[in-house]
Amino acid sequence: MDEGEGGALMSGLLSFLFTAQNWALTPDGVPARLGEHLLYTAITLVIAFVIAFPVGLLIGHTGRGAFLAINIGNAGRALPTLGLLTLLVLLMALGILPVIIALVILAIPPIMTNTYAGIRSVEPDIVDAARGMGMTELQVLFQAELPAALPVIVGGLRTATLQVVSTATVAAYVALGGLGRFLIDGQDQQDYPQMFAGAVLVALLAILLDVVFVGLRYVAAPGGLAARRKTPTRRAASAS
Amino acid sequence: MIEFLSVNQGRILGDLEQHLYLSLLPIIIGLVIAIPLGMLAANSRWANAPLLGLSSVTYSIPSLALFIAMPGIIGTKILDPINVVIALSLYTTALLFRSVLDGLRAVPEPVKQASTAMGMRRARQLLTVELPVAIPVVAAGLRVAAVSNISLVSVGALIGVGGLGDLFTYGFQIGSYYYIGSGIVLSVLLALIADVVIVVIQRIATPWTRARAAR
Repeated sequence: MDEGEGGALMSGLLSFLFTAQNWALTPDGVPARLGEHLLYTAITLVIAFVIAFPVGLLIGHTGRGAFLAINIGNAGRALPTLGLLTLLVLLMALGILPVIIALVILAIPPIMTNTYAGIRSVEPDIVDAARGMGMTELQVLFQAELPAALPVIVGGLRTATLQVVSTATVAAYVALGGLGRFLIDGQDQQDYPQMFAGAVLVALLAILLDVVFVGLRYVAAPGGLAARRKTPTRRAASAS
Repeated sequence: MIEFLSVNQGRILGDLEQHLYLSLLPIIIGLVIAIPLGMLAANSRWANAPLLGLSSVTYSIPSLALFIAMPGIIGTKILDPINVVIALSLYTTALLFRSVLDGLRAVPEPVKQASTAMGMRRARQLLTVELPVAIPVVAAGLRVAAVSNISLVSVGALIGVGGLGDLFTYGFQIGSYYYIGSGIVLSVLLALIADVVIVVIQRIATPWTRARAAR
């Protein structure tokens, strides 16, 4: 591709992004596609969280089934997303249900393994102290282990979200809506500027969600532990 | 099933070969780029933050979007397999850069002091002491990168380059579970084998970790 084509591409991208019609509130406009993408992501995350979070808590707290948690994490990573999507859609016919199931299957491993790993990473001293104070096992889990594990758990949600946003894009191939439509339809219509604009929008969405999770992780850090991390610097400052 | 495999042997083996090439070449490219970048970030405060940010942003971009954006960014043809190779190399670099950095930072201080006391220069210290000690952490990153690359390659089938992903799109078009099923099984098997191979190489490359475990 020579420079002329590159320039044409850039202007193609800009003309797509600055064409009012593409932003109109029609079913195939950018706002509707973005809304669909966010909706699929939200539905999937809620379902996956409801399934994976309690299991991760249980495995993390009891230490039983750690082998299972680690292997499910690895298996989830090895599973080819496009294969899972096409298989489920072929099995259950076109529609949103098989796609949501595929997305949930892919979102469960990171949430579960991070919940497990987060709970396991809590210092045993903290857990002992909580028990020593007379807390019941449930109180130990929810008042001592969970707050300390929260940043790691948010990290798992972040990985799951990226995975779901990415796979929901691919799902346009099996006739799902969302921003992936611009990529797949552009391919069918041999309209590269549309594909490129779609890719840019998807990438921006993913980066934006990622930044949100970085912020959430910061907020999720328990106040007590954050204060303790600050102490050495304060001490160092007063010593100098 | 056996009949299906024997009839389609040519197609499946061809896809498998392309899959291997498309997923493993980026691993090598990514590792070669990530090692110097990780060493730079571990030793320079100003390089650290921008490189970390860049790797985090790169890693968050969905694969199909990056595959499709490649021609627009570097001017390749849309159906060129090089798009998939470069995109996966970027992911691998982003991931392994973190592993190299984490591995180098986890090198115990006494080890560094001992090598300094032996009269080693900084460069030699980094290459012959710190980098080898960091191998287990880098290998852990390599396993994640290899397994996720092998599963990501299939997505390339949507732009006509996908190794085993070809079995997914073709199977979907003609409505055959056989194609999709064998594609999934082969892809997962490939990921498993790659994982085991990296573990074995790591064991061979770091004999001291075994000696410590035996004691």
